[in-house]
Amino acid sequence: MDSTNSDFPDLQELAKNIRLHVLQMTSNGGSSHIGSAFSMADMIAVLYGNILRMDPTNPDCADRDRFILSKGHAGAAVYAALAEKGFFDKDWLQTHYQNGSKLSGHISHKGIPGVEMSTGSLGHGLPVATGMAIVAKKRKQQHRIFVLLGDGECDEGSNWEAALFAAHHKLSNLTVLIDYNKLQSLDSIEQTLALEPLADKWHSFGWEVEEVDGHDISSLQHTLSTSSLGQKPQCLICHTVKGKGVSFMENSVLWHYRTARGEEYRAALEELTRAA
Amino acid sequence: MRDTFISALTSIAAQDERVVLITGDLGFKVFDYFREKHADQFINAGIAEQSMAGIATGMALEGYTVFLYSIANFTFMRCLEQLRNDAAYHECNINVVSVGGGFSYGQLGMSHHATEDLAIMRCMPTSVVASPSELWEVTELTRVMYQSKGLSYLRLDKSHFDSEKNQIEEHLTFGSPRVIRDGCDVTLVATGGIVSEVIEAADALLNKGISACVISAPFIKPIDISVISSSAKKTGALFTIEEHSVLGGLGSVVAEELMENGSAPDFFRRIGLREKFTSVVGDQRYLRHTYGMSAKNIVAQVCDQLMLKRQKKAA
Repeated sequence: MDSTNSDFPDLQELAKNIRLHVLQMTSNGGSSHIGSAFSMADMIAVLYGNILRMDPTNPDCADRDRFILSKGHAGAAVYAALAEKGFFDKDWLQTHYQNGSKLSGHISHKGIPGVEMSTGSLGHGLPVATGMAIVAKKRKQQHRIFVLLGDGECDEGSNWEAALFAAHHKLSNLTVLIDYNKLQSLDSIEQTLALEPLADKWHSFGWEVEEVDGHDISSLQHTLSTSSLGQKPQCLICHTVKGKGVSFMENSVLWHYRTARGEEYRAALEELTRAA
Repeated sequence: MRDTFISALTSIAAQDERVVLITGDLGFKVFDYFREKHADQFINAGIAEQSMAGIATGMALEGYTVFLYSIANFTFMRCLEQLRNDAAYHECNINVVSVGGGFSYGQLGMSHHATEDLAIMRCMPTSVVASPSELWEVTELTRVMYQSKGLSYLRLDKSHFDSEKNQIEEHLTFGSPRVIRDGCDVTLVATGGIVSEVIEAADALLNKGISACVISAPFIKPIDISVISSSAKKTGALFTIEEHSVLGGLGSVVAEELMENGSAPDFFRRIGLREKFTSVVGDQRYLRHTYGMSAKNIVAQVCDQLMLKRQKKAA
């Protein structure tokens, strides 16, 4: 972890716990996408730990900030964050991916306090977040709307349709975070559908763009705590490492789908537990 | 039908500021009056149907009642997954309004022929699917959609049947077909503007001594099958007529319901677009005839069937 993260011990601890929960949840369920959940774990920790104005005892309150995980396959990390923040009992996490569970592999809102929207098919989150943002603007409400996209998800044209709309309607209450770990399902972004220059793309669509290290809690905290200064929606490109936190999972497309079991599980657990 | 819908929606929007109309950049001049009255309740989402349906969901989740408007297949086909995963699954009050059912835009070619919409939208869990035949039904259905909680689909036709009844005298009952002409020899059930062809067919059949019961089905889903079932029991011969594929639409609904209720008639036939794409261009009436669903086609099929029935009886 970066040295600046030690300035935020609570967030660092939350990120660590999210990763530990995710490891256990995906291992128990035999489910995948651990690499995708680990790459955004620090972003989720900062959002739920310090940015999103939400009340676990009143999760539907009208002035809450809205957060949509558009890369729904990494939902285990959000379930873990919600449990850590007290939206529901941590025991629920044991049911993830199990028969009869509410906690599906792709994030679900049905009966789960704190989840704004079910996703799973990519490219759905930003248009919905855009609809929420235009309502908040019409009503002159102060809450913010955040949506987290995967980098591979940026292949989906629906995102760019909504990006045009959000800029046209000056939705400065809308923030997109992109988990830019440079790997997608089968191969690297570069080898699949190259996104670069990604910042220029969002900029040319009329968005205010910033790039940060998506594992640098201090930078994330600083950037996310300020909403757009002007009239543009914000895009925060978070450079991340897929599988971050477990050395043998890092930067490996294998860990998009692979489940840690046996010796791999023990090694991952030890590495995560040892982390500061 | 389109102008009737806009007029009805303008009245509803005046009473409820949470009603919003979103178009996918279609409806030139159609919305002038609505925009004049309710500028803040109108959004042009651009030529971007996926985003349009997602934005509709976001607004509905924040308490809005959304009417999505476009023509032919554009309101639901490109953005079908958004309607399924986002709008329907999240139990949003989103009302999809498609102008140009069937061959309404006949001359524009296959892309603009809406011939699978009823089947597709009917498959959505919890959806309401409506296909009016008369203008007063459009007014009533617009209100029904506004009041119903989940995903609704309204198919608007270029043509319509005019029963010369005014809306004060007659009202829709949710899910119920309407008998618009009684008869005892054959039952003809139709949906949408094509009801006018069916009435024309019934007139021609009467001249041949055949009495047809004509039933209009403004609701495809839900549908109360009892009216159709009773008539089919009496006549013993049931035809469904729709400007739509015979797969999954009115004919399928009626067949499914009758079979499950154990009340299958002696004879049943679906008149509609048989399994092929349209490739001929023409106006709505021309294409109805080309694809076997005009008044003349209906008369021919009914006569063939009844003749067959008589021959069987004689044998």
